Amino acid sequence: MIVNEKVAIDHGLKKDEYAKICELLKRTPNITELGIFSAMWNEHCSYKSSRLHLKKLPTKGKKVIQGPGENAGVIDIEDNDAIVFKIESHNHPSFIEPYQGAATGVGGIMRDVFTMGARPIANLNSIHFGSPQHKKTKNLLRGVVHGIGGYGNCMGVPTVAGQTSFDSSYNGNILVNAMTLGLVKKDKIFYSKAAGLNKPVIYVGSKTGRDGIHGASMASASFDDKIEEKKPTVQVGDPFTEKLLLEACLELMAGDSIIAIQDMGAAGLTSSSIEMASKGNLGIEINLNKVPCRETKMTPYEIMLSESQERMLIVLENGKEKQAKKIFDKWNLDFAVIGKTTNSKKIQLYFDDEMVADIPVNTLVENSPMYDRKWKKAKLPKKNKIKKEDLKNFKIIDVLKKVLANPNICSKEWIWQQYDHTVMGDTIQKPGGDAGVVRVHGTNKAVAASVDSSAVYCWAHPLTGGKQVVCESFRNLIAVGAKPIAITNCLNFGSPENEDNMGEFVECVQGIGEASEYLKFPVVSGNVSFYNQTKDEGIKPTPAIGGVGLIKDYNKMITMDFKEIDNVVLVIGKTEGHLDQSLFARNILDEKNGPPPEINLFNEKNNGETLLKIIENNLIKSAHDVSLGGIITAVAKMCIKSKKGISLKKPKYLINEMEYFFGEDQGRYIIEVGKNDLKKVTDILNKNAVHFDELGTIIENELYIDDKTKVTIDELISSNTRWLTDYMRN
Amino acid sequence: MKSSVITFPGSNCDRDMDVALKKFGFKNKMVWHDDTELPTSDLIVLPGGFSYGDYLRCGSMASKSKIMKSVINFANSGGMVMGICNGFQILVETGLVPGVLLRNKYLEFICKNIFVKINNKTNNYFNNIKNDVLEFHIAHNEGNYFCTKDQLKEIEDNEQVAINYCDENGKIEEQFNPNGSIKNIAGIFNKEKNVLGMMPHPERMIDNCLSGEDGSIFFNNLINNLK
Repeated sequence: MIVNEKVAIDHGLKKDEYAKICELLKRTPNITELGIFSAMWNEHCSYKSSRLHLKKLPTKGKKVIQGPGENAGVIDIEDNDAIVFKIESHNHPSFIEPYQGAATGVGGIMRDVFTMGARPIANLNSIHFGSPQHKKTKNLLRGVVHGIGGYGNCMGVPTVAGQTSFDSSYNGNILVNAMTLGLVKKDKIFYSKAAGLNKPVIYVGSKTGRDGIHGASMASASFDDKIEEKKPTVQVGDPFTEKLLLEACLELMAGDSIIAIQDMGAAGLTSSSIEMASKGNLGIEINLNKVPCRETKMTPYEIMLSESQERMLIVLENGKEKQAKKIFDKWNLDFAVIGKTTNSKKIQLYFDDEMVADIPVNTLVENSPMYDRKWKKAKLPKKNKIKKEDLKNFKIIDVLKKVLANPNICSKEWIWQQYDHTVMGDTIQKPGGDAGVVRVHGTNKAVAASVDSSAVYCWAHPLTGGKQVVCESFRNLIAVGAKPIAITNCLNFGSPENEDNMGEFVECVQGIGEASEYLKFPVVSGNVSFYNQTKDEGIKPTPAIGGVGLIKDYNKMITMDFKEIDNVVLVIGKTEGHLDQSLFARNILDEKNGPPPEINLFNEKNNGETLLKIIENNLIKSAHDVSLGGIITAVAKMCIKSKKGISLKKPKYLINEMEYFFGEDQGRYIIEVGKNDLKKVTDILNKNAVHFDELGTIIENELYIDDKTKVTIDELISSNTRWLTDYMRN
Repeated sequence: MKSSVITFPGSNCDRDMDVALKKFGFKNKMVWHDDTELPTSDLIVLPGGFSYGDYLRCGSMASKSKIMKSVINFANSGGMVMGICNGFQILVETGLVPGVLLRNKYLEFICKNIFVKINNKTNNYFNNIKNDVLEFHIAHNEGNYFCTKDQLKEIEDNEQVAINYCDENGKIEEQFNPNGSIKNIAGIFNKEKNVLGMMPHPERMIDNCLSGEDGSIFFNNLINNLK
């Protein structure tokens, strides 16, 4: 095939990008080379629109062993233990083929983690669908949930937490973000930097097929009417092979034969070989005839661009090939020496004794395009004037039941019951709480993880929204008694070529950066997913934040179910009654304007750290952060979990009851305290200048405000648990 | 007491079972599916997971593994063999216990706590156990036990039903059946009651900070019965 500008444009490259390739090579690339450039220079692999802004994120901290730039981030959890974690998107493939798209998303992120030598110990996910009434939603949700479960369950890694939302902005572009945590000894972490000359380059895992060719390019474009034609770009997963690959890799890693290792994810053999060479400032020579192929007559172009799953590239020490091969033979996996490291600083490919590609590595990596895209700053919307008289028409209990049954609040048991969340025998907090918690096997420590996003707040004001998501993650970890350590982010946005969408990205990132800097909650890994749109319409900006924290003694872990009758319930943090962008305003009042709740980072940090002190002293029985739906929704969920009731006091301040109960002010937690400990707790709160109010007392099976305003917990359970199962089974 | 846990490619509850057996006093060994000889054992466990990726049919390829010849001989000579979840699926594929395991009623994987009623205590697995009802945990996609009418009659006549899904009080009704199993069957024995296949995972219930502690009751009782 002759390469020209048109062919380059068909590969998703821009005119000037093609011109730059010719200039860098000082010649026209051949088709294989063009394919390699298009794979490396697309948005998904090159971060060309986002790099400039991502640089501003805080990525360092006392506990950070590895920040962004490797397969995953690594944090120190003491005693020579470390946690490797990352979140990644698989949005486009999941919309085209939900089962395989979601499954391979989970498979890909687990590979990123075990590539670094860590055994995966927990999976999480953040999934977002269109309106429940949209004709595609039900099948997409079913396919995605089956896909996530199909892969994670087979791997034997528990899925311990997640988040699901519905919003019409995802009608034509759902989001599937998968996150994995792995456990590794600090002195046994593996990296992707190749080193040394003439070291064997080894291919292990599944054979290469024609699936997923140009997957990464597909993920770097908007959807149009022809999306069904893109099915062949979706990879097909085989969790069984990945389970074997995991065990084989960990077995090989127990020895000292690996110099560098990199999984073949987006852009397959191309990006893995180039990344290893680039980091090691070396060249790599590959004989493509040696690559194990599933299909006959595969061309160099296809072999280099295939995104077949469950494959790894390894640079070994000389002379260790036999020993390594024995391990992969045991696990029935392919093992082939396909090339070697060189000092050419080029990627050189041979096929049928001919050189089919000869590209300097730096042209693909350092010289890849970087854009300072135009973006528009968002104004803070004016506060809405919701009339107090309008609020009078609502009855608290009726609204509460509607809120609990809202698709974005209702119980997601139908989803997480399909994920094995107890395998590995260390899950001490299951899905449905503020964070998932798993023990560090054989120790007294536990790791908490949660994944959050608040697209509505980010849409209303990206800067505030970006800060809010980080704060919510911080809060969810504290609510289970974990000290927050670091985050990973999955930045899902519309087209970077659209000034509004780019503005949302820039300001959300700024918000994330400010909050994570202030809270000392650095970003250690992440992923950007642009072009989440169909035709010209982008999704609501949806940065998903995966937070990880440590519980030093897992006996001190906190859950959200109320524990004992007569215990006192407090709300920590100030309640001002902010209704704009709340679930109540948007879904009950149908009022979609106004600013999101304000973030006060000082209060956020102070409230959280003070609560951690109280937890450390064993002074509370249960806790839950206040988020969507406000105080009363948070309290109702604590009732539902425990089948216990609460007698609630009315607000002392001049706040309308609806604002008080349903407002979504930030930085708040509900806590349960035994009567004997109440003074100790309030003393600590007062000493640290943390605002709190007494909310009420725990009683038997009823949520009671006054004789006219009460409801049984069974009724609340019914409102909260039925919607999703009914929706999916009818 | 000595036990052995077989690891097949794709097993993923083998470590959990090893942890549980050791916790309750077994000297446990892990055995690779490609081996041919079993170590001296008082109990062989086929663990949960997705042996051979559940391809073809759950448990069918594992039932033809090299080590399974020895396991079958061991069972036929009266040795104790317990299959949990995928292990149960392997057992039905070998024919050591009757019936088949179909996909769950709603075609959905189910992971949750359930209650089971012990139907037969005249065997080494449940003999001396004080409880009639245990809270166990299930995590499976194909646990819907099925057999022919004739088989069912034979199973019942021989008192081969080990445990049934029930509520916390031991009431066995359709609404407490998580997966559509015939007669709420959650586990069955071979005729001689030395082989037990069951869907629930007692090894996930051995610590009160996990899903519960009724698995501890089961394992404690089991090792005492074997002593």
